[in-house]
Amino acid sequence: MADKVFYAMYDDDDVLKDGAKKLVSKGVKVSEVFSPFPIHGIDPIIGVKNTRLGIMAFIYGLTGLTLATIGMRYFMIEDWPMNVGGKPNFTYMDNILAFIPISFEFTVLCAAHGMAITYFLRNKTLPGMPAQNPDPRTTDDRFVIELRASDNSKFSSDELEKMIRETGIVELDQKSI
Amino acid sequence: MEFKIANKAKTVTLALIVIGAVFMGVGIAMNAGHGHHFTTRLLVASLSNVFFYFSIGLGALFFLALQYATETGWYASVKRVIEGVAGFLPYGIGLLVLLLAVVSAMDGAHIYTWMDADVVAHDKLIQGKQAYLNLPFFWIRTVAYLAIYFIFWRGFRKRSIEEDRIGGTDLHFKNYKKGALFLVFFAVFSSTSSWDWIMSIDVHWFSTLFGWYTFAGMWVSTMVVLVMLVLYLKKLGYLEKVNDSHIHDLGKWTFATSFLWSYLWFSQFMLIWYANIPEEVTYYVNRIENFKILYFGMFVINFAFPMLILMSRDAKRNSGILTFVGLIILAGHWVDVYIMFAGGSLGALAEIGLLEIGLGLLLGGAFIRIILTNLTKAPLMPVNHPFLDESLHHEI
Repeated sequence: MADKVFYAMYDDDDVLKDGAKKLVSKGVKVSEVFSPFPIHGIDPIIGVKNTRLGIMAFIYGLTGLTLATIGMRYFMIEDWPMNVGGKPNFTYMDNILAFIPISFEFTVLCAAHGMAITYFLRNKTLPGMPAQNPDPRTTDDRFVIELRASDNSKFSSDELEKMIRETGIVELDQKSI
Repeated sequence: MEFKIANKAKTVTLALIVIGAVFMGVGIAMNAGHGHHFTTRLLVASLSNVFFYFSIGLGALFFLALQYATETGWYASVKRVIEGVAGFLPYGIGLLVLLLAVVSAMDGAHIYTWMDADVVAHDKLIQGKQAYLNLPFFWIRTVAYLAIYFIFWRGFRKRSIEEDRIGGTDLHFKNYKKGALFLVFFAVFSSTSSWDWIMSIDVHWFSTLFGWYTFAGMWVSTMVVLVMLVLYLKKLGYLEKVNDSHIHDLGKWTFATSFLWSYLWFSQFMLIWYANIPEEVTYYVNRIENFKILYFGMFVINFAFPMLILMSRDAKRNSGILTFVGLIILAGHWVDVYIMFAGGSLGALAEIGLLEIGLGLLLGGAFIRIILTNLTKAPLMPVNHPFLDESLHHEI
C-alpha cells in the first residue's frame, strides 16, 4: 500500500521539541526525528524505548572475560607453564593476580568493540551504507520530524499538514513511498 | 531555606555519642591492665578514628576546590552541603594535632618507632631515613599541611557567605584561582602527609602509590557522606531544588571513586606480589597473617558492593540503595583506615573490640552533629552562585 511521509523541517532544536510535544499531545505519532546532534530529552516525547545497548555491553564484556580466561589458562598454564617470580604455576588460581590486568583489558576491548559494531549495525550506519536521513541539511543545521500517514490513520493528510504547519516549521516536504 | 537540626537528629547523635562513650569505657576497663600495650592500642584506635573523620572533612574541602577549579555548574545547589562537611576540618585538625603531640611526647608510643631514639640507634634502615623522618621536620610538615588546609577552608567559606550578599563574578574568579592553587598544594600534601602520618608506621616499608591510595579512600568516604547527607536533607524537605540528576551525579562519583580506590589497592598489591621483594612484601605478609579476613573482606566489600549494586542508572537514583551501599562502604573504609594504622603498630595484637568501635561511634556522633550545626549557619541554597541557574536546571 502506498504510504505518505511528511518531513517537517525546523531550524531550532527547541522549536522542534515543542512542536513534537504539541503533535504528540494531539495524538499524532512521530515516527522519527533527524538531527545533527542528540537532542536532549526528545526520546520520552516521541516515545522512543530505552536502549538495550547496556545489556549487550554486559554480554560482550562477559564474553571477553571468558575468552581471556580460557586463552590465558591454555597459554600460560597448560601449554607452557609460565614462571611468575618463581611462584607455583600448576593452577590458574595460583597466579590469578598476574592475569587480572589482561582479563580486565580484554573485557573492556570486547565490550567497547561489540557495542560500537552493534550500534552501527542497529542504526544501519556501518561505513559505506547508504544514508537514511531525508535531507543532507539534517547533518548541518536543520532538524526534521518524520510522520507517516499510515501511523496516523485517524487523521487525514490535510489535517496532519495543518497541525504540522502550526508548529513553527521552516519547510514541509511530502513524499509517497 | 534555613536549616534547623531536627529533634530526632539531636537524639540520634547524642545516643551515638553516649553509646560510643559507654562502649569505650567498657573497652578501657576491660583492657586497662595491659600496660604499654593498652596505651598503644588506645592511641592507635584514636589515631585511626580521628584520621578517618578528619579525612572526610579534608576530602570535602578537596572536592569543593575541585568544583571551583573546574568551574563546575551542577554542584551549585549542593554546595552548602559540601561546605558543611568540610566544616568538620578545624575540629579534625585540632584532634589530630593533639594526638600527634601526645604520641610525639611518648617517643612514638610504639606506633611511630622512628620517634624513639633507642630504636633508631640500633636500626640502620631508619638511620638512613632520618633526614626526612625526624621530629622537628615532621612537625614543620604537619603544621604546614594543616595550616594551609585551614587557611584555604576559611577563605572558601568566607567568600561563599560573601557571595550570597554581594554576588557578581569577582568572587567566583577568586575562588577559581584559589581552588586551582589549593589543588596544587593538595596534590603534594595528600601524598606526603600520608607518608608522614600513616606510611611511617611501617617504617621499613615504602610504596610510591601509598599517597594516592590514602587519598582515594578519603575521596570515596567523602562522596558517600555527601550523598547520604543530601538524601537525608531531601527527605526532611530541604533542598527541594535538588533533583534526581544531582543525586545521580553524586552516585556516579561514589561509584567512580570506589573503582579508583579498588584500582589503587589492586595495583599496589599486585605489583608487590609480582616483584616479591622481601623488603616490600613484609607489609602484606603482616596483613595476611594478622588481618586476613578483615583485610580481604574489606577489599571485597569496598569493591564488589558499589560495583554490583550501583552499576545501573536506576540504582544511582534510588535513595534506599544509595544509603545501604553508603553505610556498608563507609564501614569498609573505616576498617581500611584502622588496618592502615594498626597493621604496622599492633600487628598480631590488634583487635577491633568495644574500644575501637566505641570510639568510632563517639566521634561519628560528634562528626554528624558538627556537620548539621554547620549547615544551620548559612542558607542551604546559595543565592548568587554564577552557575546556580545551570544547577537548578540540571538534567542528565
